[in-house]
Amino acid sequence: MSMMRLFIAAAILPLLVSEAQAQAQDAPGGRGGPFPFQGGQAIFQGVCQGCHMPDAKGAVGAGAYPALAGDAKLATAAYPISIVLHGQKAMPPLGGMLSDKQVADVVTYVRTHFGNKFADKVTPDNVKLQR
Amino acid sequence: MDDTPHTQMSRRSLLHMIGTVAGSAAMYHAMTEMGYAQESGYSGPPKLSQPKPGTSVLVLGAGIAGLVAAMELRDAGYKVQLLEYNDRSGGRNWSLYGGDTYTELGGFTQHVRFDPGQYINPGPWRLPYHHYGILHYANRLNVSVEPFTQVNYNAYVHSTETNGGKPVRFREVQADFHGHVAELLAKSTQQHALDKAVTKEDQEILLMALKNWGALDQNYEYKKGLVSSNRRGFVQDPGGGLHSLPTPSEPQAMSDLLKSRLWRYIASGHNYEMQSSIFQPKGGMGQIGLAFGRELQPLIKYNAKVVDIHQDASGVTATYVDAKHGGVPRQAKADWCICTIPASVLSQIPMNVSGKMHAAINQLPYQAALKVGLQFKRRFWEEDDRIYGGITYTNQPNSSIGYPMWDYFSKGKGVLLGAYTFGEAAFVAAAKPPEERIKDALEYGSKIHPQYKKEFDCGVAVAWHRVPWTLGCAGQWTEEGRAAHYDDMCAIDGRIMLAGEHVSRLPAWQEGAVTSATDAITRLHARVMSTA
Repeated sequence: MSMMRLFIAAAILPLLVSEAQAQAQDAPGGRGGPFPFQGGQAIFQGVCQGCHMPDAKGAVGAGAYPALAGDAKLATAAYPISIVLHGQKAMPPLGGMLSDKQVADVVTYVRTHFGNKFADKVTPDNVKLQR
Repeated sequence: MDDTPHTQMSRRSLLHMIGTVAGSAAMYHAMTEMGYAQESGYSGPPKLSQPKPGTSVLVLGAGIAGLVAAMELRDAGYKVQLLEYNDRSGGRNWSLYGGDTYTELGGFTQHVRFDPGQYINPGPWRLPYHHYGILHYANRLNVSVEPFTQVNYNAYVHSTETNGGKPVRFREVQADFHGHVAELLAKSTQQHALDKAVTKEDQEILLMALKNWGALDQNYEYKKGLVSSNRRGFVQDPGGGLHSLPTPSEPQAMSDLLKSRLWRYIASGHNYEMQSSIFQPKGGMGQIGLAFGRELQPLIKYNAKVVDIHQDASGVTATYVDAKHGGVPRQAKADWCICTIPASVLSQIPMNVSGKMHAAINQLPYQAALKVGLQFKRRFWEEDDRIYGGITYTNQPNSSIGYPMWDYFSKGKGVLLGAYTFGEAAFVAAAKPPEERIKDALEYGSKIHPQYKKEFDCGVAVAWHRVPWTLGCAGQWTEEGRAAHYDDMCAIDGRIMLAGEHVSRLPAWQEGAVTSATDAITRLHARVMSTA
C-alpha cells in the first residue's frame, strides 16, 4: 500500500462505524452519547420510552414496539442486557451510548416495574461480561 | 522523469494535506462527516422489453422505491398492484402543511397550524445535482425544483462554550481559519521547514497559492486589512459618495479560533452530497411522492397493512388488513413481488425467504433522527440578521437551524427548521412528547436568535423512532454489516426482491431508493424473461 493510500485510509477508516449518519448528516455533534441520565427511572424516561412508551406497553403501527410491561421474557436478566447492548432487529445497539452501570440500572428498573417482579439485582459486572 | 519516486510521493502527500486543509478542517471533516463519495450509479431509467402479457408484479410500499418500481414495470407492460400502509403516497418523501394531522406511535397527535405556503420536510430535504435518478423522476412528473442553499456565508456558527455564547458569522470563521493555516504554511515554507517535502520550484508556486487561497498580504501574513476583510467582511462596508471608506474588521487570533472549535462547522458544504448545486421541490419534498401517486392512482391500494408475505412455485401472496380499522384480512397475488417495506417493519412480518435474507433484514437497526418545524410571525432572520436560506450550526442538541429557501423578503410568517439532529439527542427527543421537543428547540434557538420567543407562533416535531410506518429514519448499516449481509439483502429470493434506501449504498438518501428499485426491477425482469 502506498503512503498516500495509507494516509487516505487512516482518514476514512473511522467513518465506517456508522456510515448512514455520515451520509445524510452535515453537522457534527449529537450522535455519540453517552446519555446524560443516571438511575434506572431517569434512563428509562430519557431514552427507552421513546419507543417502548411511558407505560412500557409498547405501540403498534405498520410494525410494533414490544411491551416491556408484564414481560415474562425479562425473567433472565441476560436477555434484556444483551438486547440493550447489542440491539435486536430494528432496535439499535445502545452499548456504546450507555455505561455498564447505566445498563444495569435501567434493566433493574424495568425488571422491577411495570408489573415485572424480578427481584435479583443486575450489577455492572453482569453487564460487562456481556459486552 | 525528473522527479525521484520519493520526491514525487512526498509532494503528493503534501498536496493532499493542503487539499485537506483547503477543505477546511477537513481531517475532522473526513473522520466524522464524509460518506463514500461516488456518483449514484444511475444511468437512466431501465429499458425493459415487453413481458409475456398478463405477467404481474406486486409492489409493497408506495415510497420512492416502490413508486419507481411500479411506474417502470407498468410502462414495460406488467400488471402492477401496489399496497401502501399510509393514506398517501411518498413514504419518507413527505411534507407537513397547515391543516395536516400527524399521529405518532403512542397516540401523540399534532395538528399543524402553518400558514398557507409554509411547510417542513420531516424526511429528506435535499436533491443533490448528481442524484440523477430522483431528479429524473421529479422532471418526468413535472415537479418544479428550486435551489437549496447548503452554505450561507452570513449564517451563523455557534457554540455555548465560546465567544460568550454569541453566534459568529460562518464567513468570519472560514476566512480566519483559511488565513491562519495559509500563513502558517507560508512561514514553514519560507523557513525551509518543507524543503525535504517540496522542491524549490514548487515552493514558489505554493507560496502564490497560499496567498491567493488564504487572503494573505504581500508579506504572506493574514491580518487586519482590506485583503482579509474582503473575505471575512468589514466593520463598515465600502459605499458611495463622501464618507465611503471601508473599515476593515479584526480577524480572530488563531489560538482563540482553534480553541473555539467553531472550525468544525465550516466543512459542511464540502461533502459530495452537500456541494452545489442542490435542489428542492417547490412547495415541499412531498410533492414528488404526491405526483407519483396521481400518476399511479389506479394501481395503489392505500391503508393496507401487510401482515404476511408468502411465495410458492406459482406466485407471491401478500395478506393485508385495513391499517385504520383492521377487520377481515384480504389477499393480493402476483407472479412476482418487489418489497420495499423498511427492514424495521419487514423483520416483524412473516415471509418465507432464505435464512440469509432473513438474517440481512434482522441485523439492520434503524436510526434516531429529529426534525422540528417552527413558524414565526415574521422572517426576523432575514429582516434583522440578513440570512436568506442556508443553515446555522450549533453545539446544542438541535444541531442546526435551517432557514426557508423560498419566498425570500416576503412579509408574512415563515417556517424554520428549528432542529435537525441524529444520534443521542434524537433518542432523547423521541422520548419526550412533541410539545416538549418544540419547547427545547425554542430554547436552543433563542440562544442564537433572541427574537425567537417573542415571534414564535406554532410548531411541529417529528421524531423518527415514533413514526408508525418506519420505526426510525433509515437503516443504519455498518461496514461489518455490509460485508456480512448486503449481498443477501440484494438477492433475488425465489419470486421476491427487496428495494429501498436500506438496499443501497446511499443510505437515507432518496437516490438510494431510486437506484435500488432500478437495479431490482432490471434484474427481476431478466429473471422473468429467462423463465418465461
